[in-house]
Amino acid sequence: MSVQEPFTIEQFYKFLGQQKLMAGKCLKCGKIHLPPRPLCDNCLSQDFEWVSISGKGKLLTYTFIHIAPEQFQALVPYAVGIVELENGLKIPGMIQKINQEQLKIGMALTLDFGTCSSPQQWPQWPRYCFRP
Amino acid sequence: LNGKPIVSIISAGMSKFGKREGLLTRELFSEAAFEAFTRCPKLDPKKDIKAMFIGHMGEAYEHQGHTGSTIADWAGLTGIPATRTEAACASSGAALRSGIYAVLSGLADVVVVGGAEKMTHRTTSEVTEYLAMASDYPFEQWHGITFPGLFALMATAHMHTYGTTEEQLALVAVKNHYHGSLNPKAHMQKEITLQMAMTSRYVAWPLKLYDCSLITDGASCIVITKPELADKYTDQPVHIVGSAQASDTIGLYERKSLTSLNATKIAAKTAYDMAQLKPKEIELAEVHDCFTFAELMAYEDLGFCKIGESGKLIESGQTRIGGKIPVNTSGGLKAKGHPVGATGTAQAYEMYLQLTGQAGKRQVKDAKVGLTHNIGGSGATSVVHIYRGTQ
Repeated sequence: MSVQEPFTIEQFYKFLGQQKLMAGKCLKCGKIHLPPRPLCDNCLSQDFEWVSISGKGKLLTYTFIHIAPEQFQALVPYAVGIVELENGLKIPGMIQKINQEQLKIGMALTLDFGTCSSPQQWPQWPRYCFRP
Repeated sequence: LNGKPIVSIISAGMSKFGKREGLLTRELFSEAAFEAFTRCPKLDPKKDIKAMFIGHMGEAYEHQGHTGSTIADWAGLTGIPATRTEAACASSGAALRSGIYAVLSGLADVVVVGGAEKMTHRTTSEVTEYLAMASDYPFEQWHGITFPGLFALMATAHMHTYGTTEEQLALVAVKNHYHGSLNPKAHMQKEITLQMAMTSRYVAWPLKLYDCSLITDGASCIVITKPELADKYTDQPVHIVGSAQASDTIGLYERKSLTSLNATKIAAKTAYDMAQLKPKEIELAEVHDCFTFAELMAYEDLGFCKIGESGKLIESGQTRIGGKIPVNTSGGLKAKGHPVGATGTAQAYEMYLQLTGQAGKRQVKDAKVGLTHNIGGSGATSVVHIYRGTQ
């Protein structure tokens, strides 16, 4: 994997747009950061490499949002959760194609890469989601 | 500091909390300032007050930033250094911390710390969006996770791990609305029933409308000085004997625990050590009940009960006025209201009233030692103070 790309949230989402889930691994202490950071919060090093992460994980907790900001109001009620991936990495996101009765803490979920819907405006980040 | 006073509160003021139509933040604050100035006749505000720190979260509400100097201006204190502190819902808890730094540094002997927020003129959807700005943008807000949503994620995990129930959450609302009914400055002064709380609509499952604090307008402030100067201004100062603030990751998802706030645990330990007190020696507390679940989590993180047993503590009734450790005698954020920037020093205002025997119908008898707990966002900031009365 190339080491040219900066270890930033912007780059994380660029990879995501290419259907790749990537984390930054600190070359000094070995801590894996998802999202990547330009400064390791463990050992304060700036030296990283990209590592590919599997999108398969398990649901740690969830909620159903009934009152949302304007831009999400059309989707209510929608499920969001925090998913634990390999190496104990955790990431939040919407959970789609599921109803409340089917949601269970500990269940297996897979990351769906999603698409970037607003190409003109910052931020150009794809909205990934999780599915059973 | 070994339990000695760090600073002393010589006066305090709070605006009526509620839907305050037609007023701006600065005008709300002048109401709180006037009370603080008149409550302490020996204080000459224009001569004695040397600095001001003001908690204020959002310029989006009124299209108004630069709130420190704006508020000093409307409080009649133009000229002194006035700075806004921002730590989301802990903004005025952070203002109090800044005031303590200023007094201890020796640069300012008498300091006003306070906070204010005007929110009710905005729609619920707008307020939901502005409040969410206190959480992580690229991974939480961006994916539709609201502020109630973050606390709902923690509540779900707590219910799963410890068997906490929606009814136990609702009991926090019932208690705090009862306390609010005794506070003439509270936003909501009506009691609610368990059934009302349990049947209210979901905001972010498992949190319902009655699990959420109120969108409120309000302002609050306290006046602090060095302990050795307190007698010059009042014969009934309240001493701050513990003061701590801690931080955590901005993203909830990066934290080690989803059922406890590490920033609160760190701040509590530091404040207890400073005050040389144990949790069981605290006689009353104002804790950050932005959501009912947050109050339960605070019981555990502050050491009022064992981890996982906060549901039992609320059921026992011991956190009601008359119980072993009354919590949120003011009505809390739940019933008194939560004008976010004002909340931290509104908690200190309640503690000032309680520890000087001026809390009226909600007075905790012979209260001498109290604690306030103010968190920002989903817990990336936590501020804990411990107070000792002198009556």
